[in-house]
Amino acid sequence: MDIQEYIESGILELYVYGALTPQESEEVSKVLKQYPEVQQEVEQIEAALQQLATAAAPYNPEEMLAAIKAKLLNSKGVVQLQPAAANKRTRLLSFISVAASVIFLIGIFILLNRTNNLRDELKVVQIENTKLESKLQYSEEALTESKEILAVIRDPQVTKVPLAGQQVAPDAYVTVFWNKENNKAYIDALGLPEPPEGMVYQVWSLTLDPLTPTSMGLLDNFSEDENKIFTLENPNESQAFGITLEPAGGSATPTMEQLYTLGVIENNA
Amino acid sequence: MQPDDLILRLQQKDEKAFEQLYSMYSESIFGVINSVLHNTEASEEVLQDVFIKVWDNCASYSSNKGRFFTWLLNIARNAAIDKTRSKSFKNQKKNLTQEYFVDILENKTSFSSKVDAIGIKKYIKKLGEDCKNVIHLLFFKGYTQKEASEELDIPLGTIKTRNRLCINKLRAILVN
Repeated sequence: MDIQEYIESGILELYVYGALTPQESEEVSKVLKQYPEVQQEVEQIEAALQQLATAAAPYNPEEMLAAIKAKLLNSKGVVQLQPAAANKRTRLLSFISVAASVIFLIGIFILLNRTNNLRDELKVVQIENTKLESKLQYSEEALTESKEILAVIRDPQVTKVPLAGQQVAPDAYVTVFWNKENNKAYIDALGLPEPPEGMVYQVWSLTLDPLTPTSMGLLDNFSEDENKIFTLENPNESQAFGITLEPAGGSATPTMEQLYTLGVIENNA
Repeated sequence: MQPDDLILRLQQKDEKAFEQLYSMYSESIFGVINSVLHNTEASEEVLQDVFIKVWDNCASYSSNKGRFFTWLLNIARNAAIDKTRSKSFKNQKKNLTQEYFVDILENKTSFSSKVDAIGIKKYIKKLGEDCKNVIHLLFFKGYTQKEASEELDIPLGTIKTRNRLCINKLRAILVN
């Protein structure tokens, strides 16, 4: 190889510029290590170019070294690792918080759902409860009534007077429980047929000799009364009881053709 | 002389070696960056980035591939050219002239002790247009021969020899 020709070709300037391909540069590097005069030439080219470039610098930047070293310390080791670790932790944290939010929302949804269900159930139970309460009240009232009736029947002061069915209603029957102490008469009218529209049963206290009827009152609301036991005042010295069918509002004297039941008080209690 | 032992110590992450290499090369690299950017503030930023890259990537340098100065030159030119493409730089930069380094040197009044100021001034005055363009593109902008040939409309085979003549003039002035 003609070294002088090699140097004069201008390849070494391009080598220092970095204008050669990587392969060409490696070739020159080998030649440079082999030939001291090539090495020297490259050093001189480089020195000239460095001087030219240095002349173009705004100033000598030696003061900037401290700032660069500070950045180097920040970029190596500790500080560089921290963001990575922090990132990992942050990612884990955000994953956990997202998961927690989802679980929380699901939890709230389930709770809301359950609350709604419970509210519906509560409504049903409340309605049933009201029903049961009214049933209970009804039963209690019925029981009280039954007890009263039982008490009346068992009362030794009470006279039991059976009234038998008469011509217009041979199958009819009524029992009168008369307490002379408090002048109350309990009329068990279960054996009477339903009165026709616009008519009402009227109860009479009778004395037999001479036959004198005294009105004790009407069996009002006959259809609605379930146990058909009516309580009437009877301060009379009754010897018999009779029940007639009268026009609504009752009559001053009984219509004898419409006498449904009649019973005489036995002996003189 | 290339300081091969300092470069080796740099590659072993020796901070003292880094400091010495910085003081040897930072001003010329600063000049290269400034010749591309023609802006002191932007050049300062890029210079810092370049030497941080030097520290981080010093293991990738090998004397088998080329000169250490050339390796620095490549990092600096790439970083400076990247900077010219950044939005912030484009906004503040207006009149782009072809021969940055010539403008800079013509207008410069104070030079560091490393520079033969009188010689450089004399050289710039004598330098023809061809040399200014060839040096600007190949040295400061990092063009390949082919790119420079196309840009300057000079035959590819002539680029290498013409550039040699331009550099020889520089060396002649600096040696005398």
